[in-house]
Amino acid sequence: MRLLRSKKLRINLVGYGFVLLSVLGIFFFNLGPMLSSFYLAFCEYDIITPPKFIGLANFYNIITNDEIFWKALINTIYYVGVSVPLRLILAFLIAILLNQKIRGMGLYRTIFYLPTITSGVAMALIWTWVLDPSFGIINTVLRFFGIQGPGWLGDPKWAMPGIILVALWQVGTQVIIFLSGLQNVPVQFYEAAEIDGAGSFRKHISITIPLISPIFFFNLVIGIIQSFQVFDKVYIMTRGGPANATIVYVMYLYERAFTWLKMGYGSALAWILFFIIMLLTLLQFKFSKWVYYEGG
Amino acid sequence: MNRTPKPSFQYIYRVILGYMLLTLGAIAFGLPFFWMLSTSLKPIEDVFIIPIKWIPNPIKWNNYIEALTIFPFGRYFINSTKITLLSIIGHLISCTLAAYGFARIPFKGRELLFFLLLGTMMLPSQVTIIPIFIIFKKLGWVNTHLPLYVPSFFGGAFYIFLLRQYFMTIPVELEEAAIMDGCGYLRIFWNIYLPLSKNALITVIIFSFMGSWNDFFRPLIFINSPDKFTIPLGLAGFRSEMGNYWHYLMAASVVAVIPCILLYFFFQRYFIEGITLTGLKG
Repeated sequence: MRLLRSKKLRINLVGYGFVLLSVLGIFFFNLGPMLSSFYLAFCEYDIITPPKFIGLANFYNIITNDEIFWKALINTIYYVGVSVPLRLILAFLIAILLNQKIRGMGLYRTIFYLPTITSGVAMALIWTWVLDPSFGIINTVLRFFGIQGPGWLGDPKWAMPGIILVALWQVGTQVIIFLSGLQNVPVQFYEAAEIDGAGSFRKHISITIPLISPIFFFNLVIGIIQSFQVFDKVYIMTRGGPANATIVYVMYLYERAFTWLKMGYGSALAWILFFIIMLLTLLQFKFSKWVYYEGG
Repeated sequence: MNRTPKPSFQYIYRVILGYMLLTLGAIAFGLPFFWMLSTSLKPIEDVFIIPIKWIPNPIKWNNYIEALTIFPFGRYFINSTKITLLSIIGHLISCTLAAYGFARIPFKGRELLFFLLLGTMMLPSQVTIIPIFIIFKKLGWVNTHLPLYVPSFFGGAFYIFLLRQYFMTIPVELEEAAIMDGCGYLRIFWNIYLPLSKNALITVIIFSFMGSWNDFFRPLIFINSPDKFTIPLGLAGFRSEMGNYWHYLMAASVVAVIPCILLYFFFQRYFIEGITLTGLKG
């Protein structure tokens, strides 16, 4: 009996030894900071003087008299609302094209995936130049078709669409996730549909989309979570300008917390963001009846 | 039933259409890269002309040397390399150990801790970054490279999850035999699990590499002095100071992008495996 207990104890100790570093990580870099950020959200804190508890004042100020907060929130919703659906559709179409059994697929896949694996800062720089109103390639192509292209990043109306274009260009991960789903659709389904005389379009609508709807759902949920946190592109391409036309949530949070050193206010902003993301994710799960689970 | 010729016509038609659409898409996706390369090799007077010159002529290789010497990109390269290597080492040590513990050692509280670990994946980094900044500030680590790689020695949920899934596929019988022979867990981990998990380890190395090589937000917050800049920070600084020297900016971008592209060419399948195994990142 004693022997058994000491063996159990030994296993526990060895187990804790293995996970020790990571458990410390959970507490020091996740749970701990999470709790203190929650506390700071109710404080005024500039790092130099100790935090001062001010109750709900941060949240109250953010919601009632912070115009830039609302501007940033609306811009972010605009970015998410436009880029997420477009990216889903684009990634799905590319995945269908890449799912053909033809030669040279490796090269095509590489081209579609490259923008996703390379540095976001470099990608944003390239696109700033691509979108240059006079010397960039987009407006050159438009000019070729006789269209006078917009001022893109310098124009408050067109700056956000410009940033969204970059997001559309970075769909590689979603493409690969779709592709792996497509490759799991049993061939027999398509063969049966062909015998019934279904064309290519019809087959995708009636077979592919329902069968990979869990993947659509996954890409949608992750896509919304990640798009809400958009930062690098915006920082490099516009810094939130012109005239706050592209200021997005995390950009604003960054400025408040790390440029103005308003750590309490910044923490409150972070918690509002967390809350919004959680809410949206829960809503998606609640309205996920359209997702088809095999055998479910 | 005279249907045989029709499908084969349809097949050819579909293959041609497929190629056409793919090529069109590939051009649209590849063009910005081509544009970057083309601009990086042009003399300045050819950068700002209409109609634009697609192919640089004459080719000006010197842009690269100039771009990399105007700003200390060599320094940035060394900084990025150092931070990235240390992060990879940190992740390899902490994540393989934890993954083995969670996969194979039935210690008390294992499920709860693993659940907490997965929970950290859902926490947006903005919620934790402010207190983490304050901690590092108090430690006097701001404006050093420490905040950029030390955390990787304390695990990473994504990598632990990936490795754990992989370890679970290794037959337990191997381990039981080893225990019979009097092997400790550490020996089993080192002599059986690590050698059998080469693929998963490479996947972790690749994602850890990309995570820290391309990271912008954390270096932006933690680093102030230019001699400590990483490549993405250097690029951003270059952009705000050199404004419209697009031939230099594009040359510097090419240099920043090349390591990732090389890595992808050599380890394609690990990228794909990593993404499909966990569905995350990017």
